[in-house]
Amino acid sequence: MNNGLCISAHCRIKDNSAALNGETVFTLEEASFTQFIKALYRDQKFEYSKFFKMDNLSKLGFAAAEILLSNADDKIMGEEVGVVLANANASLDTDVKHQESIADAKNYFPSPSVFVYTLPNIVIGEICIKHKFTGENACLISKSFDSDQLFEYTMNLFNNGKVSSCLIGWVDCYLGEYDAALFFITRNNDKKSNFESERLKSIYQNCS
Amino acid sequence: MEELINKLKAEIIEVLNLEDISPEDIEAESPLFGEGGLGLDSIDALELIVLLEKNYEIKIENPQDGKQIFFSIQSMADFITQQKVA
Repeated sequence: MNNGLCISAHCRIKDNSAALNGETVFTLEEASFTQFIKALYRDQKFEYSKFFKMDNLSKLGFAAAEILLSNADDKIMGEEVGVVLANANASLDTDVKHQESIADAKNYFPSPSVFVYTLPNIVIGEICIKHKFTGENACLISKSFDSDQLFEYTMNLFNNGKVSSCLIGWVDCYLGEYDAALFFITRNNDKKSNFESERLKSIYQNCS
Repeated sequence: MEELINKLKAEIIEVLNLEDISPEDIEAESPLFGEGGLGLDSIDALELIVLLEKNYEIKIENPQDGKQIFFSIQSMADFITQQKVA
């Protein structure tokens, strides 16, 4: 059924590779996440120095959003753009680093710049700050990519007039493993890319 | 003093993840915060307080002093030197 919404673009970052709408835009063989994401930043010319202060989850989500929105319509109204992201490990990757810094009472030096990332929704904030998005946002936690959950939540936002476009998807990282799959949902009667749960699932499973 | 200033520059670059900045880019007298300097923010300020405690065992007792102490690399070096003498 056509709901008047379409997936106007999708981006995937996984296994040292970044792709936009299924086309690889950058790849780096045999590199750690840190090496890969830094090389991706340079290659894609993000030019946003705060990037290097972000934790891994935010770097991953920010990079995916930058690539996803690189060809987005300039007329996007920031106050009408929502962001709905989900993941399995919340902010655990950074939580562990923070815990390590406070585990020894004799060497107790928690880092403020690490601590501020010990929430899973900070990545949404970083994306919103960069793109001046002030619409509704939500951070969902699920065991694995759940297209039904993302679809239903996003449809609710559109049906209630909360957003006119929405950046949604999966941004997860923990201990060097990472996976980002972002989708930009807009109002459009494009049957080929109609916004459906099954289509989200299919793109997630087939686009790497 | 020169040695301490260079050490501070390297430590600040590392602790604050100033990826695109080298020690040579930082003027010892330039302001660390606001325009015309490194453009550090409030979280960076907290990180500098931790740096003084962790690397120099200096605790800032009066938060009001922070603005003066962290004005520049030079003022930080002056403060560290002064604390060591005291």
